Amino acid sequence: MSVATARRSRVVLQNGPGNRLSPTERAALAQLLLERGLEVSCRNSLPSSDSREGDTIVVDSSGDAPFESSSGLPLVNAGGADPAALAEAIHARGKGTAGTAWKPWFPVIDYSRCTNCMQCLSFCLFDVYGVSADNKIQVQHQSNCKTDCPACSRVCPEVAIMFPKYRHGPINGEEVKTDDVRREVMKVDISALLGGDIYALLRDRSVKSKSRFSKERDDERALKERQNCLVALQRDLDVPPEVLAALPSPDEILAKAEQARSRRLKSEV
Amino acid sequence: MSRPRILYCHCAFAKVVAPEVKAAVLAGLSEADVEFDAVPDLCEMASRRDDRLRDLASPGQLRIAACYPRAVKWLFAAAGAELPESGVRVWNMRVETAGTVLNGLLDSNGGGSHPEAAR
Repeated sequence: MSVATARRSRVVLQNGPGNRLSPTERAALAQLLLERGLEVSCRNSLPSSDSREGDTIVVDSSGDAPFESSSGLPLVNAGGADPAALAEAIHARGKGTAGTAWKPWFPVIDYSRCTNCMQCLSFCLFDVYGVSADNKIQVQHQSNCKTDCPACSRVCPEVAIMFPKYRHGPINGEEVKTDDVRREVMKVDISALLGGDIYALLRDRSVKSKSRFSKERDDERALKERQNCLVALQRDLDVPPEVLAALPSPDEILAKAEQARSRRLKSEV
Repeated sequence: MSRPRILYCHCAFAKVVAPEVKAAVLAGLSEADVEFDAVPDLCEMASRRDDRLRDLASPGQLRIAACYPRAVKWLFAAAGAELPESGVRVWNMRVETAGTVLNGLLDSNGGGSHPEAAR
């Protein structure tokens, strides 16, 4: 995992009678806090022991039945403040996520479906996937994933890769239907089509194309073909244009193939 | 028998859950005066492997208002916090109405989908 592990603050709101915040105000406050990246716990009483004490802020909205204050948790007084002002004051004291640029967009593997075929690992050019010590496919570098790009899930023959924030099923986690599986089975197995060793083939092809282009070089035509190819890729796999723009160069792809080959050789020894 | 714990995911970093559904579910929980935990975004927590997810996944009855049960199950697993095989029910705010979700979360008879059932 390559994402920071800083914990968010939790805000405890008080339920019950005698509360100076009405249920409507509490709901509005909770929503504002959640949108600022803070967790919210609504409680009838303050927990006597809490493992997250250091991260907890209590909103004191007590009327007749105040929370016990013996825990020493930081208190924010709710008296008279509207939910927006209160949320601002609490956010200033806590650790939220406002200003964090990264949208949590990354593949989630359904291991009840995954057959460990490694097609996702071969397909992804951004090193999102890796292999565990026991040779199991894993999502290892989530923040490398390109926001809104679900392309790897489309090459998975078992419909085992989800992006929970994607628009459509089954990529969004919707239950997989028989038709979804049948559609995947009909897809061409890229590595089989290319003779099994996609990286060796890419290298051969690169050598051949260099030789061919040196004889009949036509930069304009090559560029047009590449653009046609990218348009087709964008259309068929729903790949955002900015992801295509970030694709590695042929040299980077070959270097990656070399790295993957040496990793594999090491694991076979 | 203790009351089930309730977990609400606000899916704050995407627009895949209708805002009016989220607002109505939060309002309904507040109105009911029940204890519940609300998190900004389960995906974001899973990406950080937040240890709070392990607390939430501890054995016992747990009712979750979030998105598709299959996604919820494997998000927890991705964070190293596998949900227990029984006692967990998930309501999907992407497709279910706020009323259905609230009835499920608050109703003593339960309902919802067990993540194990989602394939």
